[in-house]
Amino acid sequence: AMEGVPDARIREGDCAVLKRDDVFKAVPVLRRRKIIFEKQWFYLDNAIGHIYGTTFEVTNGGNLQPKQEMEETTTETKEAGMDNRNIVDDGKSQKLTHDDIKALKDKGIKGQEIVQQLIENSTTFRDKTEFAQDKYIKKKKKKYEAVITIVKPSTRILSTMYYAREPGKISHLRYDTLAQMLTLGNIHAGSKVIVMETCAGLLLGAVMERMGGYGSIIQMYPGEGPVRAATSCFGFPKLFFDHLHEFPLSRVHSLLSGTFSTETLPSDPEDNILMEEESNGLTYEKQTSLQETEEEPTTQATIEINQTEKQETIDINIDDVEFKENKEKENKENVQEKQTKQWERRRKLIEAAALLREKNADG
Amino acid sequence: MSFVEYGDTIKDGDTAIVFLGHDSMFPVKVQHGTVTQTKYGVIRHSTDLIGKKYGSKVTCSKGGWVFILHPTPELWTMNLPHRTQILYSTDISIITMMLELKPGSIVCESGTGSGSLSHALIRTVAPTGHLYTVEFHQQRAEKAREEFREHGVEHLVTVTNQDVCKNGFGVSNIADAVFLDIPSPWEAIGHAKSALKAEGGRICSFSPCIEQVQRTCLAMEEYGFTEINTLEILLRVYNVRTISLQIPDLGKAAEDNSSPGFDSSNPSNQGSPCANLQQGTVQFKSGVPLREMVGHTGYLTFATKS
Repeated sequence: AMEGVPDARIREGDCAVLKRDDVFKAVPVLRRRKIIFEKQWFYLDNAIGHIYGTTFEVTNGGNLQPKQEMEETTTETKEAGMDNRNIVDDGKSQKLTHDDIKALKDKGIKGQEIVQQLIENSTTFRDKTEFAQDKYIKKKKKKYEAVITIVKPSTRILSTMYYAREPGKISHLRYDTLAQMLTLGNIHAGSKVIVMETCAGLLLGAVMERMGGYGSIIQMYPGEGPVRAATSCFGFPKLFFDHLHEFPLSRVHSLLSGTFSTETLPSDPEDNILMEEESNGLTYEKQTSLQETEEEPTTQATIEINQTEKQETIDINIDDVEFKENKEKENKENVQEKQTKQWERRRKLIEAAALLREKNADG
Repeated sequence: MSFVEYGDTIKDGDTAIVFLGHDSMFPVKVQHGTVTQTKYGVIRHSTDLIGKKYGSKVTCSKGGWVFILHPTPELWTMNLPHRTQILYSTDISIITMMLELKPGSIVCESGTGSGSLSHALIRTVAPTGHLYTVEFHQQRAEKAREEFREHGVEHLVTVTNQDVCKNGFGVSNIADAVFLDIPSPWEAIGHAKSALKAEGGRICSFSPCIEQVQRTCLAMEEYGFTEINTLEILLRVYNVRTISLQIPDLGKAAEDNSSPGFDSSNPSNQGSPCANLQQGTVQFKSGVPLREMVGHTGYLTFATKS
């Protein structure tokens, strides 16, 4: 077994999930980026290179430090009481004051040490039952031992995180329900799946994970475009997305009735210039006309350079022309870029439509 | 046909599912010349099955018909011959997700039993993963091997006949996940840990009794497993029904006729509660839980090796 398996180590650019007890938070792993999590502020820089699953402590400087394995006081039989009939809860059992504890924290004493100190300075600790002692220690640890684990994102982690933090975003889809759907749906490598969800892309990500990049997925979406916020948290390799297609619900009717045409594309709010034109024919014309106007300045410039006119005027003229050229080149590039994007989207739409028409279950 | 890939047509040697109704189906081994009896009559494999498309309707000799379905692990779980108590799809689903299984995963399982979970695991880790399954009963181990072969998945699974508590899984430091369904799982925790990859992995233990769970959790802690968590999953089935509720008659507010406080001029009554003023009722669609819930199967304890 190779420890150096790339998947197992935290790398910059990854999406990692921070975990403290049962609280999760997904964050991008970037250097010099301050992260806030569970009332603590720190940088992730020191975590890069460690294996996923490593537990860290937050130092005073706001950096992460891997937690060392500490031997707990296990072997000695602890002194404990039988019941609480003689324990009076007067709030005076703890001999350390608020300031004492603060001083310990400021000195940089580790959480585990602070808990130990609290136990030693509690008059009633040894009278508590074993259960009560464990309860006390658990409570103090939760408060003073700020320990964070960095976990690799997976369906299990992300679905539990979303359900706890933002259930509204995932239509209150509980993680065990998601598990049932994936299994009963026989989602596996090599199938062809249509996904239609309003769960921020969580369901899509779960399906993609179970397909492992094999087969194909067509995501049908309401509105303008597919939402894939949660999908990016999974950290799938790029090639997983080669088999992912999308198709707008608003076109389903025309696809079913056989009137699906690729002339009219779903509107893209970015393409202001292009969408003003009715059909693609006009755009093409606009581009060719730009090309023509570009030719002239070039020839003009050459003519002017060859002529022995006053240097200044030539320079100004050339500059003017060059500036115009660049501007027009820019415009031409923009238009070309937008055209390529449009063609790209159109091509993908045709691909998706073809896959849907086939009506077979094999990817 | 294979349990990990859909095939189009029924072939000789396939395992297919004969479907008569939601609670009535059975598996059949397709063979030239063989005949299968159903309550609707006889199905002749050579003429009625081989060469037909999966999902077809097949008419039996007495005139009634059945569907022939492509096998899936879930259908297999519902119809396989029990040699031991099996795990059902509800538990299998949560196990699959909590162990983070996916194509390429390496899984270790013990005991194999009747192969219900095994088939589901194989389907999930295909085509690049592998299942190492250990069964201490010699005949069951052999029967499992035979079934995997018949179902076209033998390249994805290795069956070992030994006692996992004494001799482990037969592999070390390669598994992403380990699953235990044995009487004394605490005795196998050490072996499970060594089967798991050095950089970490997940473990699950299934036990009907909480006393077993307690001992297993203790062992997991002793061996340094973290995130130890026990849960139980129960499936609740709902029916969709239209409910009629009576509007209580609270009498008249004043002397003049006051109309009920419902907007009866609402044109769209799709799905939203609509008041039937004649009868004084409100109707709406609701999910109604079905009878009682199924019983306890076992507790699932998950943990992480890091």
